[in-house]
Amino acid sequence: MELQFTIGGQEILIHDSIFNLWLVIIFLSIFAFIVNKKIKEVDITEEPSGFLNAVEILVDAVNNLVRSTMGENNMSFAPYIFTLVCFLGVSNLVGLIGLTPPTSDYSVTFSLAMITFTIVQVMNFKTQKGIVGYLKSFTEPFAFLTPINILGELGNPISLSFRLFGNVMSGGIIMTLLYSALGYFAPLITPVLHGYFDVFSGLLQTFIFAMLTMIFISGATE
Amino acid sequence: MLQGITSEAFILGCSAIGAGLAMIAGIGPGIGQGNAAGKACEAVGRQPEAQGDITRTMLLGQAVAETTGIYGLVIAIILLFVRPLLSAYIGLGL
Repeated sequence: MELQFTIGGQEILIHDSIFNLWLVIIFLSIFAFIVNKKIKEVDITEEPSGFLNAVEILVDAVNNLVRSTMGENNMSFAPYIFTLVCFLGVSNLVGLIGLTPPTSDYSVTFSLAMITFTIVQVMNFKTQKGIVGYLKSFTEPFAFLTPINILGELGNPISLSFRLFGNVMSGGIIMTLLYSALGYFAPLITPVLHGYFDVFSGLLQTFIFAMLTMIFISGATE
Repeated sequence: MLQGITSEAFILGCSAIGAGLAMIAGIGPGIGQGNAAGKACEAVGRQPEAQGDITRTMLLGQAVAETTGIYGLVIAIILLFVRPLLSAYIGLGL
């Protein structure tokens, strides 16, 4: 759904991907409130069951993944990774109910990649102990490789964001072409492709984005 | 100009050809990903108990190998849907 309104003679157009982004944010906030409320009322002597059990399995899986890829001393990044997984997972699956996925907008994926890039640079700064060590780390192993090192560092967020954007966007374009080509017969063929493009590809890209983020951050903290 | 073809149509056609040429970049990742999947199959056959780790590593490697193909795809999408060459031509005011 696209929103269009006029403020003081200036037309403002809000694209449907941004609108769906806010839908995802509201949905996840409500979800978080419900989980928070339920987990405070729960009796810890009993076995977890039902809805809370599913949430605990998810949290446990992400914690184990972070522990095995980043090590025990980087467990403080687990909440960030879990946020990424939740947000990207839900926003890639939004295509199943006929909405445009927010991740098919380059601004969304690029801002997520820039968050990761900022964390990596800050962690690099911390581990190299100050600006001298940080700048010196670019001249490794030889001084004349400095431009290549800087370009390689700048290429990380670009490749990270384009990977997610390209996958989701191309899936959306193929689905749109199919729907317009087949017309009324589209429901015969598209469910299988929705399963591939939205569920399989979307969840795979979620996993890969989180995994690459963890690898970049753990590379900066070593 | 060629007879019967407007400049805009010519630019649009050339953009479409360029988009098709850009998608040749899809060959490389295809070969690379297939190679990685084949090697992962061999590894699982040799060591079935490490299947989870092998699958995870394979998917990660394939995602990184895919990057060049995605760059080609993004260029094709930009040529087809954003049409920078057409707007540059109109911007020239010829």
